[in-house]
Amino acid sequence: MSISPEQAQAYWKENLRIIYTYLAVWFVASYGCGILFVEQLDAIQFFGFPLGFWFGQQGSIFVFVVLIWMYVASMNKLDEKYDVHE
Amino acid sequence: MSLDLLTYLFIGGSFALYIGIAIWARAGSTKEFYVAGGGVPPIANGMATAADWMSAASFISLAGLISFVGRDGSAYLMGWTGGYVLLALLLAPYLRKFGKFTVPDFVGDRYGSSTARIIAVVCTIVISFTYVAGQMRGVGIVFSRYLHVDINTGVIVGMAIVFFYAVLGGMKGITYTQVAQYCVLILAFTVPAFFLSAQITGHFLPQFGLGATLESGQSVLATLDQLSVDLGFSQYTSGKKSTIDIFFLTVALMCGTAGLPHVIVRFFTVPRVKDARTTGGYALIFIALLYTAVPGVAGFGRVNLIQEVNGPQNTGTAYAEMPSWFKNWENAGLLAWNDRNGDGIVQYAAGAAFDAKKGKPAFIDERGEHGQRMTSNAKTDASFDAAKQPFANEVYVDRDIMVLANPEIAQLPGWVIALVAAGAVAAALSTAAGLLLVISTAISHDLMKKTINPNISDKQELMYARLAAVVAICIAGYFGINPPGFVAQVVALAFGIACASVFPTLMLGIFYKRMNTQGAIAGMLVGLVSTVGYMWYFVFGGGNSADYFMGISPGGFGTVGMILHFIVALVVAQMTPPPSEEMQRIVEDLRIPRGAGVAHDH
Repeated sequence: MSISPEQAQAYWKENLRIIYTYLAVWFVASYGCGILFVEQLDAIQFFGFPLGFWFGQQGSIFVFVVLIWMYVASMNKLDEKYDVHE
Repeated sequence: MSLDLLTYLFIGGSFALYIGIAIWARAGSTKEFYVAGGGVPPIANGMATAADWMSAASFISLAGLISFVGRDGSAYLMGWTGGYVLLALLLAPYLRKFGKFTVPDFVGDRYGSSTARIIAVVCTIVISFTYVAGQMRGVGIVFSRYLHVDINTGVIVGMAIVFFYAVLGGMKGITYTQVAQYCVLILAFTVPAFFLSAQITGHFLPQFGLGATLESGQSVLATLDQLSVDLGFSQYTSGKKSTIDIFFLTVALMCGTAGLPHVIVRFFTVPRVKDARTTGGYALIFIALLYTAVPGVAGFGRVNLIQEVNGPQNTGTAYAEMPSWFKNWENAGLLAWNDRNGDGIVQYAAGAAFDAKKGKPAFIDERGEHGQRMTSNAKTDASFDAAKQPFANEVYVDRDIMVLANPEIAQLPGWVIALVAAGAVAAALSTAAGLLLVISTAISHDLMKKTINPNISDKQELMYARLAAVVAICIAGYFGINPPGFVAQVVALAFGIACASVFPTLMLGIFYKRMNTQGAIAGMLVGLVSTVGYMWYFVFGGGNSADYFMGISPGGFGTVGMILHFIVALVVAQMTPPPSEEMQRIVEDLRIPRGAGVAHDH
């Protein structure tokens, strides 16, 4: 535990920012495209799917997978930056 | 080779594999029994998590559900995958750093209160038991359909297998069997999906096939929409439920997923905080392989079913000329025909053909003039709204048929059908084992060791854990043989409790240093009581859907319970003294990955 309290606080702040950013994408891809704005998006055809329907049943899941891996990469970088990695 | 022999071979072979792994991975200590020694590589852990998570419901029922509700099924697809984003980002790394064996363990230690611990134990046990009953039933059903044994015999065989590797191997045995079970179940789901997609659309991947264009020049979805509307159903790609209801249901399923103890505990088995994040990533990839194929299977199955039953002219098919699958599944009780207009032709459209809740037929031991099974509740009048559909519906179709009978409807080879049977059993067993372990750990560790008698040795605790697992298996088996008549609502209850009680308390414990014992207890109780009360009132208490709070159905009420939990916990925490300096320091510490404890290798 060599990290100073100020450092720990800065690390936590950046950590929270990363979480907010990714959760915003998570929300838009699922609740936004798949539920709230689904009717507007359905007017667009996407590889044979109405786009809103595609987001609800396929697209959001692909986004989730990519999201987690991007988060893993971001956090690994952050851990290195603050030297708190294992 | 006959289909029966193939099925025995596939299921028997997979059982031999599970038992072999169980013997290889016996647990010697509580740490091995609870968290597999804490040394599982993330990719293996991801597979185990996926198998743990994907139950008989995901394997058998989800595609069927979507097949019949279309667009509204999105809530389940997004809810049951999006929860992993919450797990990986908000819970898993921090809980792993805290370094405990169970969810009640975290709650009890973080809030320094055995009351809080016991509430968490109760939530864990209720969630896990409601969930496990359905799994045992699933095993029994697959056995009876494919191997022609009694459902109860099937349940007992399933119990024996789970007993063997869960009691012997604990988390270690379960983890490595789940890796094998994942491989079996994913093959069993995707192979028929590939065949089906290729057959109908020429595309190998169902993810693309669903958007493909058919020979008629129309896309699969457009065809489905048209078939549905022509027969009086609602359009496949538009929803029936209100936006707010779907929204709340999706939140409840996502946060519920993130709060399920048997899923969370999987993140305790990896060596480092980093690996807990990666596990989430792998798990979601493995889950997505199945979940993104589900809408395809649902859509193709529906098109196939309508076209096979109603024929190319969409006028119906004479019962005498119905293909053999129809009669097989009629004999199994998942299909029924009521010749309402007496023309000997099977016609499928919207509406119920039988007089019961959800149109379920009540079979009697008699055959009709065409050889069809007779029922005691067939509707007799043949009236229908000619403006909406061409004929009255004469068919009852159980939703589960979409996955189970799809290979037969599409005339796939026998080994594919046998594989589906083995996959369904793998899905049910892997989930059952994970749940039973959580129950036994909650009892031996959180009740015996941490609450009742802290002086027991590691050996004694391990013995209690195995004993609790045995008792839990027996209770689960009992529910499998005598299922409560409200399985679907009960699963909604499990998600509701996880969402309204477990998830918020973990979140607050990690992200809000100031959260104290009183706030946590008040929050958990409010979440639990409001959610259970609402569901109870609308499922058993005679409430009807007109009285729904803001139009939210019981399945989505967990979200409201969660919001109440957050508000009450925060208000109570403001009015009571903050947690000790020591505890605040521990919370700060769990936010930093380094120092998660040396993993034990095995």
